[in-house]
Amino acid sequence: MGAIITLSILGILVLYLGLFKAKNALLPVTLLGLVVALGFAIVDWGKDAEPLYHGMVIFDRFALAFTILCILVTGLTLLLSKEYFSHISGNIAEYYCLIIFSLTGATLVNSYHNFAMLFIGIEIMSVALYILAGIRKKDFASNEAALKYFLMGAFSTGFLLFGITLLYGATGTFDLEGLKSYVLSTEEISPLFYAGILLLLSGLCFKVGAAPFHFWTPDVYDGAPTLITIFMSTVVKVASFAGFLRLFSTVMVPLGDFWVPVLLTIIIITLFVGNISALMQSSFKRMMAYSSVSHAGYMLFAIVAIGNQSAGSIFTYATAYSLASIIAFGTLILVRKNMGSDLFESFNGLGKRNPFLAAILTVAMFSLAGIPLTAGFIGKFMMFNNVMGVYNVILLVLAVVNAAIGVYYYLHVVVNMYFKSADDTATTTFQTPLNYTLVLTLAAILTIVIGIYPDCLIKLL
Amino acid sequence: MSNLFILLLVPLLAAIVLIFVKQSPVAKWTSLIFSLVQVGLTIPFLCAFQPDATMQFEQNWMWIASLGIHFHIGLDGISLPMVLLTNGLIPLIVLTTFSKTFKGNFYALVSFMQAGLLLVFLALDAFSFYVGWEIALIPIYFICALWGEGDRIRVNLKFFVYTFLGSLLMLIGILYLYNQVPSQDFEWTSFVALDLPEATQRWIFWAFFIAFAIKIPILPFHTWQPDTYTHAPAAGTMLLAGIMLKMGVYGLIRWLLPIAPFGVLAYSNVVMVLCVIGVVYASIIAFKQQDAKRLIAYSSIAHVGLISAGVVSWHSEGLQGAIIQMVNHGLSVVGLFFIIDILENRTGTRILNDLGGLANPLPKLAIAFLIIVMGAVGLPLTNGFIGEFLLLKGLYDYGVWYAVFAGLTLILGAVYMLRFYQKSMYGNLTSRTISVGDIKGAELVVLAVIAFFTLLLGVLPNTILKLSETSVLNLLNQIKF
Repeated sequence: MGAIITLSILGILVLYLGLFKAKNALLPVTLLGLVVALGFAIVDWGKDAEPLYHGMVIFDRFALAFTILCILVTGLTLLLSKEYFSHISGNIAEYYCLIIFSLTGATLVNSYHNFAMLFIGIEIMSVALYILAGIRKKDFASNEAALKYFLMGAFSTGFLLFGITLLYGATGTFDLEGLKSYVLSTEEISPLFYAGILLLLSGLCFKVGAAPFHFWTPDVYDGAPTLITIFMSTVVKVASFAGFLRLFSTVMVPLGDFWVPVLLTIIIITLFVGNISALMQSSFKRMMAYSSVSHAGYMLFAIVAIGNQSAGSIFTYATAYSLASIIAFGTLILVRKNMGSDLFESFNGLGKRNPFLAAILTVAMFSLAGIPLTAGFIGKFMMFNNVMGVYNVILLVLAVVNAAIGVYYYLHVVVNMYFKSADDTATTTFQTPLNYTLVLTLAAILTIVIGIYPDCLIKLL
Repeated sequence: MSNLFILLLVPLLAAIVLIFVKQSPVAKWTSLIFSLVQVGLTIPFLCAFQPDATMQFEQNWMWIASLGIHFHIGLDGISLPMVLLTNGLIPLIVLTTFSKTFKGNFYALVSFMQAGLLLVFLALDAFSFYVGWEIALIPIYFICALWGEGDRIRVNLKFFVYTFLGSLLMLIGILYLYNQVPSQDFEWTSFVALDLPEATQRWIFWAFFIAFAIKIPILPFHTWQPDTYTHAPAAGTMLLAGIMLKMGVYGLIRWLLPIAPFGVLAYSNVVMVLCVIGVVYASIIAFKQQDAKRLIAYSSIAHVGLISAGVVSWHSEGLQGAIIQMVNHGLSVVGLFFIIDILENRTGTRILNDLGGLANPLPKLAIAFLIIVMGAVGLPLTNGFIGEFLLLKGLYDYGVWYAVFAGLTLILGAVYMLRFYQKSMYGNLTSRTISVGDIKGAELVVLAVIAFFTLLLGVLPNTILKLSETSVLNLLNQIKF
């Protein structure tokens, strides 16, 4: 609970810092606040979790683990933000403040125990992001991203809210425990409830960016400033999945016969749409956007094969994916600054011009592709193992075909970096700023450490 | 000194050291020294090895406790020849690059690959096996794509995606077996102890077989191979053909036969037919090749086709033949690709019609070449003879017609190999071959060593056969019906 309070206060504090023109203090104060919030989350770790405030939120291990992950990833993202926002505008306090608010919302989504909190959490998380996506006020793509994100987001929230209402209509409660006992004890489950599940499923699939609800992802990821894209594709996605899993693992398990086929269809469409579209892209950023769609498909494996392992595997996968995304988009920021475009061609010859960045990006690409000794492989391995646990071999074969397609486009950028030489105009080497070196190295080391010894992560949940 | 783990550690260490070496001569010598140290470390295992059916020098640590994954390695009569082959060939392959100007990163990748290959050959835990299997792929991809020629990017992407897809199918098989094992682990012994229904074994067979068949490669899965071999740098081709394809055959013997015997039984005819077609088809194509490297690439498909047929023949002779022939093929193919590399460096071409009359200016090369070609053709008193003899014996016991058609490899092999020899060594000197010097230094050492072992294993094949004999018999006895 301390984490949510700290983050809320931190957001307001940062806003006031902006008011008093203490620009240089913004980043240190924000980071310090994140460390404090992290401390609260870690202190709560060993305690027995009870639903707080009349069952509104619960900080069990599941919530804490995802909260810690979100805070850490936000911290790494913000470390990259030094001098990033100041290029965009003079008033940068708002950006920090919005990111912190969005993180607060994510924490609520991680820890909700009542639908009211789920809804509020998702709204806090999203509304801040609608603005963040559009912070490049004069950039057409950024504006388009913000508008699209807002319209689609509002639409999906509508679905979500409608679903919650129907569930309430059937059961008379917003509380997860109440819903659970309804599902377990009622002989004849109301049709309203089933309709509610479908609407909730649609709403949540919108948020995690699963096909056919994914149409906003490429444009929004592409149009938003890259740093915001990192935040969207990591923290928001991770929290949405945590919320998704909590709902389905506490309440929906007995009704599996009803929603599993629906989710299976969604997963298969997501995998193929995400991967095949990613294959066609000529821009690295758009490729990453579509690849995030396909990764949502893999992460949904844990929900379709729900069980004891689900939480651990989503957590591992989400960590692996977040680390790789930070590296990929972080590198993209630097490459774009030097080459001026997001196209794959901008990466030509990076292996020669900046061997450090190229090596780190290669690790990230291998992790996303699922090559052993990287965190991504362990994530995929656990997801596949979940699905094998329910003996859904067909889904696995489709997943394998998709993983092979994935390798093709992840290697594309590796090919550009190492096997193609840059144009004559771009033969100069370029420097990596210190904060980038730090963050990217840390993320790469974590990727490999988790890949070699994943127990450190799996055992947490 | 019976710590098997050290064999994996030294190449890894070498890889880490070599990344930071920028000067080419230093990198070469460092790499050579590391690989020779590795040879030195292998010898105690060879000496202490008891040629019985047991698993020796086993090491077993818990790796990922929550998933029941162990890091389990061990050595028996089937893996020892492969380990010897790997550790023996790597220094030779390093020596073949002494006339080039590779930097440390090249040798680091070679060492890294060596670690992956050894993990494949030593692993007794399916997860460790899978990790090694994939790890070996990454460095060879970079070697072939970075230092290759021609259309290297497209060709190697195809190679990578193709083999990766195969590996993932194997992963499905592994995960299925893991979910069947009562003790929830990936141990080889647990997998073998499973009593799977026949129908299950049939699809498990395909899950593993396709992965292995792509790597070997067996006929319909071979399309990546000629292009990848031809466009790779010489050392990369040697690694691919000399060692890497043995991973597939080894996988067949170690994992597929004992885990899915009914599957193998059900489909052994299919595999056999594929292999035999592969032997004849690849031999005929090899005969039509003008590019010497492509010729050897196709001949390699023919040879491994025969080896795989021997494995599924389900006879101790066939299996024994497969093991010794893997070693032989490794030796001869490295020798042949090196000779092609030497010829190309001196004359600027590897097109057979542009070569000719090289026996005169290159007498030492001609002798070594002759011995290696004889070994590849399978002439008695060379290493190839005993291997092909055992393989054909195994095939004969399985079905006469298989042996008849696969036996064509002896004739066809002689035809294309001797054509290659004749076109390059005899005839008139061409404008390209007029002024070339004989082999010396590192080149001489490599070819002499290969020629020596070609003859040694031809005269004393028991050195290898004795190592694997009891393990092979034990494997066949172990298989439950």
